[in-house]
Amino acid sequence: MTSNERLALVRAGLSARHRREKRFRFYGIAAIVLALGFVAMLFAMILSRGLPAFTQATFSLDVHFDPAIVKVDKKPVRSSEQSPAEYAKEISAWERKVTMVNWNKVIEAAVRNAAPETTANSREILSIVETNARFELRDMFVADPALLGKTVPVRMLASANADNWLKGNIDRSLPDAQQQLRDPARALADQLMAEGKIRNAFAWHIFTNVDSRSAPASAGLAGAFVGSLYMILVVIVLAVPIGVMSAVYLEEFAPKNRFTDLIEVNINNLAAVPSIVFGLLGAAVFINYFRLPLSAPLAGGLVLTLMTLPTVIIATRSALRAVPPSLRQAALGLGASKTQTVFHHVLPVTYPGILTATIIGVAQALGETAPLLLIGMNAFVAQVPATPLDQSSALPVQIFLWQGNENRNFFEARTSAAIIVLLGLMLTLNAIAIFLRSKLEKRA
Amino acid sequence: MNTAIIATLLLVLLGLAYQTGWSRSRRLAPAGETKLHSRPVYHGALAAIWTLVPALLIFALWALFGETASRAYLLAQLPPDVLALGSAELESTLRRIRQIESGFGVVGDALPWENQAAQALREFSTLTYAAVIAAAAGTGALALWLANRRISLRLRARNEVERVVSAAMITCSVVAILTTAGIVASLLFEALRFFSFVSPIDFFFGTVWNPGFSTTGQGAAGEYGLLPLLWGTLMVASIAILVALPIGLMTAIYLTQYASQRTRSTVKPVIEILAGIPTIVYGFFALVTVGPFLAGVGDTLGIDIRATSALTAGIVMGIMIIPFISSLSDDIIRQVPRAMRDGSLGLGATQSETIKRVILPAALPGIVGAFLLAVSRAIGETMIVVLAAGNSPFLRLNPGEPVSTVTVTIVNQLTGDTDFASPQSLVAFALGLTLFIMTLILNVAALYIVRRYREQYE
Repeated sequence: MTSNERLALVRAGLSARHRREKRFRFYGIAAIVLALGFVAMLFAMILSRGLPAFTQATFSLDVHFDPAIVKVDKKPVRSSEQSPAEYAKEISAWERKVTMVNWNKVIEAAVRNAAPETTANSREILSIVETNARFELRDMFVADPALLGKTVPVRMLASANADNWLKGNIDRSLPDAQQQLRDPARALADQLMAEGKIRNAFAWHIFTNVDSRSAPASAGLAGAFVGSLYMILVVIVLAVPIGVMSAVYLEEFAPKNRFTDLIEVNINNLAAVPSIVFGLLGAAVFINYFRLPLSAPLAGGLVLTLMTLPTVIIATRSALRAVPPSLRQAALGLGASKTQTVFHHVLPVTYPGILTATIIGVAQALGETAPLLLIGMNAFVAQVPATPLDQSSALPVQIFLWQGNENRNFFEARTSAAIIVLLGLMLTLNAIAIFLRSKLEKRA
Repeated sequence: MNTAIIATLLLVLLGLAYQTGWSRSRRLAPAGETKLHSRPVYHGALAAIWTLVPALLIFALWALFGETASRAYLLAQLPPDVLALGSAELESTLRRIRQIESGFGVVGDALPWENQAAQALREFSTLTYAAVIAAAAGTGALALWLANRRISLRLRARNEVERVVSAAMITCSVVAILTTAGIVASLLFEALRFFSFVSPIDFFFGTVWNPGFSTTGQGAAGEYGLLPLLWGTLMVASIAILVALPIGLMTAIYLTQYASQRTRSTVKPVIEILAGIPTIVYGFFALVTVGPFLAGVGDTLGIDIRATSALTAGIVMGIMIIPFISSLSDDIIRQVPRAMRDGSLGLGATQSETIKRVILPAALPGIVGAFLLAVSRAIGETMIVVLAAGNSPFLRLNPGEPVSTVTVTIVNQLTGDTDFASPQSLVAFALGLTLFIMTLILNVAALYIVRRYREQYE
């Protein structure tokens, strides 16, 4: 074969090869577009579903504390000869009486006052007001008994069903039998909305209230948020020092022998152990053996600590590895001991790296759900935990609980809202990390 | 309150010890005259360690045995007829007395002997509390005095502190081993208890999963066949890999070989966002978006696809794993020596030919490692399958049908259940053990391959 013939052969195949090249390139672009498309779809779905849940149908009504309905005596005043205990008894008796008042009647009167011509009966009227509104009125009255006989503007949440109807989360063309609200109630809600007596107000209670089953519209994330916060605190307090110390030991001090090899393999393997296995460990050891309380953020935090430890160790080690050996040699050469070299000169250089490792670990811990289910953190808890030993939920677990709620129309949006809060928290953490990192790096 | 007092005490001890150690060593060697072996900082630190460790030990002992002691004391206070009660009633009596002691009321009026016992218990608690605090403070002070006496010009305080630090570091490193040991021990122990109810052969080779309910009190009634769950796990994981591997690998190839630096630095972090999203979010995404979408597609094509199925869970899990595969492969491809690539291009191969015939074969071991890690990830993933796989433990071939997996079943069998005696909840540990061993083999193999691969090009 002459060189000319060879050249012709190559030329003949050239266009096909270039086509193949183009196709391959196209596959690459397609893969990236798909991956980016998934990111976009995920966020579009969550934002489009979740953002509406941050506003909620809210009544602004003039509530009249009608003495004919609120039939209670004056709030007792402590007399001089009364002991504190007697006074407390009297007050609680009075509060019990206030609770016995038919506050629903007060609410109904306020709604009727806002829409005098409504045909809805009292049940239908109350079906569009959130069930805990009566407790709010009671609390208002207990705090200020002078309200008796007065008319004051009050904001009350609409019920979940009314919120669904007004936002169009439920198909408005469905026949009566399939609607959650009766026809007069729906008409009343529409009318009040049109007149501005119901408005879509920002739902602050998502951040300030705890979870609620009886009053779903007022359910909030406060308990889960504090629970997650406690767990993160436990993780930071335990995983960071232990992780950094162990990384420093393995990277700077450990002799190369079978024992350290074992630790090394161990850590790498632990990083890839499924999170649910850590949950099993927590259930068997922390709950069953050490008898830590079920659903407590402390137990959850410990499980998450063990889970994030490998992440922190691996990231810290790679930060330590990146420190130039000249730094160590210089310190050793000036007579510093090995420990002094590491803790005074090597470790400070890695602070940005350790910080990033911490944030990655904490973000991972913050979003973890499966192990928490096994140590009972999916229990329904309607209070903000006061200490890490109290029962509590956590943000991702709250998401899990809400997505399983029977009132799908309402809780699908609520779940997405909770996801937005969780993702927002993670984003904030990462932003803080980036900010601190750039500051630390500038100093170094 | 208690914690605050203890914390304050410890802080005071710490500050005091450090300060005395520091200033005493300083006084021994005024600047510029004689020389201390260690700098005052180390003398201070050593004194602080000496002081704090005994105090902490006392508190630890109290935390461990205080409860037992107060219980024993309380039992000694009770009248004999109460002590003769059954253990359940005795427990409830003890709880009652503790409630009276803590100042909360109890249901009904407290009996005189109950009040007496509560009063005695209150005195005992106060007394032991004071004693423990005094003991901790006393030993702390004593240890501080001893530590102070040791301070001299030649005391090697730095070496001693460094020894303590290095012991602390070794302890921290051992935590990782303890975790693994804890996992293995707890899984094995509980799984063995499960196997005392159900024979391992029935478990590992059974084809029916129907555990029944623990409340019926029928013991091991029910069938615990692992195979349907394993099948579901493998099906979901394979679908996930089928989605993630091509997309992840092609992304890595494009970003390392074709993309400009600018594209790379914008696209890579965006894709890595996917890795940071909690799995519960993926589960919700699968449940409300992907599932109904696939069911709709199935409708138009005339295939029966359920909204919650192996397909739904698998596809979404695949999306979750994309960044995992792409960033691992990215690292691996970039480790292939540039000379190999340049050589191939120099001989006239096109870029895609270079990638397919030179770079990928060279990177293959590493990519296999990444693949194995991804499989291990997919097998162990929980929340996506809990929400989107439909939880139906049957051996079915059709991916459009709901399935159940090992992880889902662990959650179902153990959630909210603290009764560790029934096979219905113990089976979770046998499943966990299976899962742990499967992922362990995959991880170790992958880590080994990746390590060998790294060494090859270093």
